[in-house]
Amino acid sequence: MQKARGYLSEDLLSNLLTRNLKRETMKTLNMQDCRGIWVFIEQEEGCLSEVSAELLTAARCLAEKKKMEICAVLLGYGVEAIAEALPGYGADRVIVADHPGLKRYLTIPYLKIISRLVLERKPDIFLLPATCIGSDLAPRVAARVNTGLSAHCTNLDIGEKGELMQVVPAFGGKVMATILCPGHRPQMATVRPGVFRKGEPLEKKGEVERIAVELNPEDLQQKILDVHYEKKAAQAIEEAEIVVAGGAGIGNGDDWKWVEKLAQTLNGAVGGTRPPLDEGWIHEDQMIGQSGKTIRPRLYLGIGISGVIQHTVGIQEAKTIIAVNNDPKAAIFETADLGVVADYRQIVPLLIEELQKRENP
Amino acid sequence: MKIIVCVKPAPDPKRWDSIQLDPATKALQRTGIPSVLGPLDKRALEEGLRLKEKFGGTVAVVAMAPPSARENLIEGLAMGADEAYLLSDRVFAGSDTWATSLVLANGIRKIGRFDLVVGGAWSLDGSTGHVGAQLAEFLGIWNVSQVTAVEAVENGKMRTRSLIERGYRLMETPLPALITVTHEINTPRFTSLFGVMEAETKPLQIWSAGDIGISAAEVGFPGSPTQTGDVFLPSSKRKAEMLRGEPEEIVREIVHRLRQAIG
Repeated sequence: MQKARGYLSEDLLSNLLTRNLKRETMKTLNMQDCRGIWVFIEQEEGCLSEVSAELLTAARCLAEKKKMEICAVLLGYGVEAIAEALPGYGADRVIVADHPGLKRYLTIPYLKIISRLVLERKPDIFLLPATCIGSDLAPRVAARVNTGLSAHCTNLDIGEKGELMQVVPAFGGKVMATILCPGHRPQMATVRPGVFRKGEPLEKKGEVERIAVELNPEDLQQKILDVHYEKKAAQAIEEAEIVVAGGAGIGNGDDWKWVEKLAQTLNGAVGGTRPPLDEGWIHEDQMIGQSGKTIRPRLYLGIGISGVIQHTVGIQEAKTIIAVNNDPKAAIFETADLGVVADYRQIVPLLIEELQKRENP
Repeated sequence: MKIIVCVKPAPDPKRWDSIQLDPATKALQRTGIPSVLGPLDKRALEEGLRLKEKFGGTVAVVAMAPPSARENLIEGLAMGADEAYLLSDRVFAGSDTWATSLVLANGIRKIGRFDLVVGGAWSLDGSTGHVGAQLAEFLGIWNVSQVTAVEAVENGKMRTRSLIERGYRLMETPLPALITVTHEINTPRFTSLFGVMEAETKPLQIWSAGDIGISAAEVGFPGSPTQTGDVFLPSSKRKAEMLRGEPEEIVREIVHRLRQAIG
């Protein structure tokens, strides 16, 4: 079933199936030549995604320290209006690839255009959103241009030597680590929506450059047959005033109902950590933390959550944090305002009853 | 169909409390902590097995991991995989996602012709979600991330349903291709006693860096573009007031705090 595949870069094509892939045969950028901070702009149905504006805001802080230009990279079809708006969010320059084949995100056409641009224009830093699209595109670009990529950064800064410091939770969530990309360029990082706040719009003019797009029919063999946008079934956790979250300590799918019942009683939203997502108790858009949502509610109530940093980075800006865990040494208590050392099975049903009594005396 | 399933044995999350950090290399000391297959690894394998049951062919399960992960691959064989390959070498230690993907790509090339590669959308430990797309790039094949259903395979193409922000899309992708799966895709089967017995008789190969044509400079710490710099503890402005006692008292106090917090 191996056929000629026209979308492959020539390097890869020559390597494919003939011999092992060797690093020295790959195109690599010379570090000294690299300038500028790039931000991949995500758009959907002609609308600028919020996270793109957040990333441009983050890029502004980095650009100030590094005295570098910010370049927004926008792919799509009929996206002039978005391109014109981007300087207002901080872009000094906007590179636009406008083509019918780019209307919706597809891995190979986007990969091909962006990788070629990176190799030609040589950015120093390249930020992408850790959305479904960004998480598919960024790793493939990094693989193709032979550079490093960090995932789901919770902070970005410029170090003493001008290097990009990419902060992520690490080592089972006990510590934070700074990821560096010392020998390769661009320094690539992804950031989840909501991690950085969108800045005030600027009165700024930027240069919009339209580039020629060449796509072969071979590049467009993968097709989107249909797209469905789901109506938000539940309250979005990033907008909720009250969030009740559960973790692995809930124990099983049947007992997860207690988290949901408590949230319902408090008129709040339900969230969770990674294990409940992997078990299927919650949806992707309910996961809180480094690779999920950053929330800023008035009240966060965590049930059976141990408190690895991957989770707690997403709740730091909650006004009040209450945690229930039967392990007095649980790390969640170090980020909580009130720590309840108890078995949630004894507390939550009683709490629901008490709250209901107060509501309907 | 020739199907390859990539899995990532990771230290058992129940034992993460006993993981120590090596101050010199900033690598994890996971000695003595048994590794397990994650929920998404099992779903990737389950999907591979279902496709094989529907269309015929074979399923090979592949991992880059320490020698002890042999147990995890045997579990994969017991679930129903036909053969297993453990890519294991000291020089692989410390590989970031770039280097890991390079190792997997070279291992898969050595296995030979394939139609589909399946993996979890993210691993149990690192959870970057990068390896699927990077492996597809190094193999030079199409990929679809975060697949929630494989709806059809026909005429050298596959139809999948996959996640986008706030929804999903149906896509048609030429084979060979790589997909990464999320938890929604299926419920993995349990291993049967017969499966466990049969697993012992199935081929399990262990390949070193040399076996798959990789040099020490390309992988591990020297070959990984990303490096770990400073490691630090996050500062927390909060100091929890601790509450213990009888459930009734606790509940009364929580209700009081809830009213304070939400007015």
